[in-house]
Amino acid sequence: MSTSRTISIGDPLARVDGVAKVTGSAQYAAEFRIAGVTHASLVLSTVPSGRIASIDRNGADHLPGVIAVITPENAIRLAGPERRLTILQDDQVFYQNQPVAVVVAETLEQAQFAASCVTVRYESAPAKLDFKAGFASAHPSKHNDEPGDQSWGDVEAGLARASAKVDQIYTTPIQHHNPMEPHATIARWDGEKLTLHDATQHISGVKEKLAGIFGISKEDVSVDCPFTGGAFGCKGQVWSHVVIAALAAKQVGRPVKLVMERPQMFGPIGARPRTHQRVTLGVDSEGKLTAIRHEVHTNTSLIEDYLESAAFPTRVMYACPNISTTSRVVNLNLGTPTYMRAPGIATGTYAIEVAMDEMACALNMDPLQFRLLNYAEFDPHSGKPFTEKNLRECYKQGAERFGWSRRNPKPGSMREGRQLIGLGMATETYPGKNLPASALVSVQPNGRVLVASGTQEIGTGSYTIMTEIAASVLGIAPSLVDARLGDTSLPEAPISAGSMSTASVGPAVQAAAEQVRGKLRELAGINMTPGGDSFSELVRKNGGRPIEATAKTEPQIKSIDVPCHSFGAIFAEVAVDEDFGTTRVRRIVAVYDVGRIVNRRTANSQFIGGIVWGISLALHEVTDIDWRYGRITNPDLASYLVPVNADIPSIDAAALDIPDYKLDSVGARGIGEIGITGTGAAVANAIFHATGKRVRDLPITPDKLVSV
Amino acid sequence: MNPFEYQRPLDISTTLQAFSSGARFLAGGTNLIDLMKNGVEKPPKLIDINRVALAEIQPLPGGGVRLGALARNADTANHPLVREHYPLLSRAILAGASPQIRNMATNGGNLLQRTRCPYFMYTEFPACNKRVPGSGCAAIGGSNRMHAILGASEACVAVHPSDMCVALAALDATVLVRGVNGERSIPFADFHRLPGETPQVDTNLKEGELIVAIDLPPSPYSAHSHYLKIRDRASYDFALVSVAAALEIEGGRIRGARIALGGVAHKPWRAESAERALAGKQASRPVVEAAAAEAVHGAKPLSQNAFKIPLARRAIVRALNIAGGIA
Repeated sequence: MSTSRTISIGDPLARVDGVAKVTGSAQYAAEFRIAGVTHASLVLSTVPSGRIASIDRNGADHLPGVIAVITPENAIRLAGPERRLTILQDDQVFYQNQPVAVVVAETLEQAQFAASCVTVRYESAPAKLDFKAGFASAHPSKHNDEPGDQSWGDVEAGLARASAKVDQIYTTPIQHHNPMEPHATIARWDGEKLTLHDATQHISGVKEKLAGIFGISKEDVSVDCPFTGGAFGCKGQVWSHVVIAALAAKQVGRPVKLVMERPQMFGPIGARPRTHQRVTLGVDSEGKLTAIRHEVHTNTSLIEDYLESAAFPTRVMYACPNISTTSRVVNLNLGTPTYMRAPGIATGTYAIEVAMDEMACALNMDPLQFRLLNYAEFDPHSGKPFTEKNLRECYKQGAERFGWSRRNPKPGSMREGRQLIGLGMATETYPGKNLPASALVSVQPNGRVLVASGTQEIGTGSYTIMTEIAASVLGIAPSLVDARLGDTSLPEAPISAGSMSTASVGPAVQAAAEQVRGKLRELAGINMTPGGDSFSELVRKNGGRPIEATAKTEPQIKSIDVPCHSFGAIFAEVAVDEDFGTTRVRRIVAVYDVGRIVNRRTANSQFIGGIVWGISLALHEVTDIDWRYGRITNPDLASYLVPVNADIPSIDAAALDIPDYKLDSVGARGIGEIGITGTGAAVANAIFHATGKRVRDLPITPDKLVSV
Repeated sequence: MNPFEYQRPLDISTTLQAFSSGARFLAGGTNLIDLMKNGVEKPPKLIDINRVALAEIQPLPGGGVRLGALARNADTANHPLVREHYPLLSRAILAGASPQIRNMATNGGNLLQRTRCPYFMYTEFPACNKRVPGSGCAAIGGSNRMHAILGASEACVAVHPSDMCVALAALDATVLVRGVNGERSIPFADFHRLPGETPQVDTNLKEGELIVAIDLPPSPYSAHSHYLKIRDRASYDFALVSVAAALEIEGGRIRGARIALGGVAHKPWRAESAERALAGKQASRPVVEAAAAEAVHGAKPLSQNAFKIPLARRAIVRALNIAGGIA
């Protein structure tokens, strides 16, 4: 749609930064040209556990172009190091691919070659790498501030009176985010002032963290990140390389650029941990759930607890009086895991939604009917109503669009030649949340409108959404709006994560724009005509000063008190080759209840992107680890498989577009992550329907179907 | 990547003279450069042969076709002579890699691809006899889902990654090579080696010899051939198992058969016993199934790849059925 006409919330405005991105003029962290910049190359550990015994520099210091070889022996000491970071402050090794040294040189090639010359000798210690053996000593943990364990009712009693039970173990592997843009940092010191160009989901988080580690004032750190080339969770935290870039820059007294190489993206910057999920369901003779138990074991590192919250979705999905969800983490000598698109929920919905399918099969009941029978009208834990919930409508519309009624319920009953056809479905869910955020809206002397917030554009469309909201409030064409973000000098905004950005920054932009609209009306009297000349006229009336307002908005509800969740229904059709076990997804239909849609085009991209990743979770993606060494065997995009275009079918994603004004004034609940939830289960359930084989270990690769 | 000397000669004789111990010829670079970045290959000298005139694809007297060593994989797959007379080869090439890689990769380079075994590709792993002779084989007790079921040794269980070479093995191609002492031709079956005790040696090419062309003999199989590749995703992925199947059928009777397998051995694997089991037989499902069983006879699985044995057998059946139009 044209950007020169006025716009309403929901209109499919094309990305305002689209041309800049596809023509290469959008600048990503590593692309900033900094005078006198030097290049850093990391040396990473090759053992999973132990300490550095010695480092032989092999003359690396004296190679052409080399400025410094920085190791734990000579690295400057930091004021506030953190245990979770491995930043050259000691000789301990906790995981493979841990940074153990960094070389700084005039060119990247010189730095890389010198880094390859450095030989590190280790005193190895026994590594904890046996996940299952670690169950005995696993411990409870929290995800953000939510407890890993939450139970109510009497699960044992519920199971005891159940007339049918499902009790199965589902497992999912470690995965790595692999955004197109690798992690990258350029660090520059001017005296005690630190400037970072960093690929991040959270500029203000980087600012605060680096200030603490270097013992300087927050005001002395500025972070710039106008574009992040994909993140999916791995750029939410500050990882070691960011600190090492700043440390190296301080040590050599020049700006340092550090870009992770693709194989280095496997280890030191987070991962989705593996999960081992035991799900037990009980139903009464009518098929109503009497008990759900969801026990999760997942791994973390030795230096930080991260809990994959896979048990959490089970707390909200179905009406059941007796539910027990528990989470235990196992410390392993691996890099710390972290949030990865729909953290916990992607893996957790896989397990609970396959278990629900297994129960429907056991009851000889249609899987959709079984879910409707156990529909949660209210939050199962608190009994309180959800802020909004229209999942029933998602089921209905999804089933119609997909043609669910044409499904022959008998597994293995539908075939085309050697292809076994299967139809599966699952429920999707993701929490609705937001955080405090602030934004500036400012009418400039030239009549253009600046909308600015210290949020991030991680590929989801932040520039576009900010433009769309400001333009719609002011009644002007989006072409008159300039959006700015990714700069810590702008009004502070939260991390771009947890599907929270639109519900956090959106209200702040809306509030600031409404205040500016009020000021404009005051200046104009009742005859305000929107945009362009009239705006510059009003600025002149304002004494040439921009007409502006900064708004800070707070969450309207506390998620602990008010149940707020998005839901959706996803349907998948697969074809499985009966001889080879190769699965092709042929069709996906998904319908979402995610609150108000702010931009139908970018929203659809979010749904589709999530679904594609869900297909990847089901069929392709696995970080393969040689557990003898704790080392990843497929740290490249030729062997770490994600779907290619040929793997992805027609995807029909739709949203109900029912606003949720209880969460925020925009009415949006966030859409970034729900697409991946449920998808793994829908595909897995379709494979079972096609083949009659139930593979409970993701991904479902041909070998598992051939050998079952 | 290590510092290296770089030369770009314009003809074959300069190229051959430029060679010194450890040097590597650089053509498409789609495999060599990656290995240099990983520190697996550290050649002191790169001899860039891209300006040497070896890119032609031309008919041979007597009905065959000569594929220049520097013809790009994409150009080879889409050449009218190849598409018409060797559709099996065309299909095999197009089943490999990605369009971008096929546009760069050359025919000679395709033959000299090195294994994708992670223990070979990543120097951080302590053992790989192919990378560091005598260091052991980490794949045998490790990640070996993608590895060999046929012709492997205690020293190495890696597989050859090429699709093109599987078709070339089935088509009885000949590799033309030139060294300072002149030209010789190597039958395709003798070009690649099984690992034995010396897995560091992939081929029977002598040091300093340059592949100049691949000759294809006249093929009686163009009407009845099929390349079938089974992989974890639909494109841009190495084979779990692949099959090049070619039949010469006369009045429902199989006069001759060619079967080669990819993803199962250290070299493109010709299943000659299966070919013999088909020759002279009436084309039928039981005959095809018996031949497929013969092809995997003696296959030895590793800890993670037993599935490849039934997979290979079923893939042979499917490929032969499609090639021969057998229901």
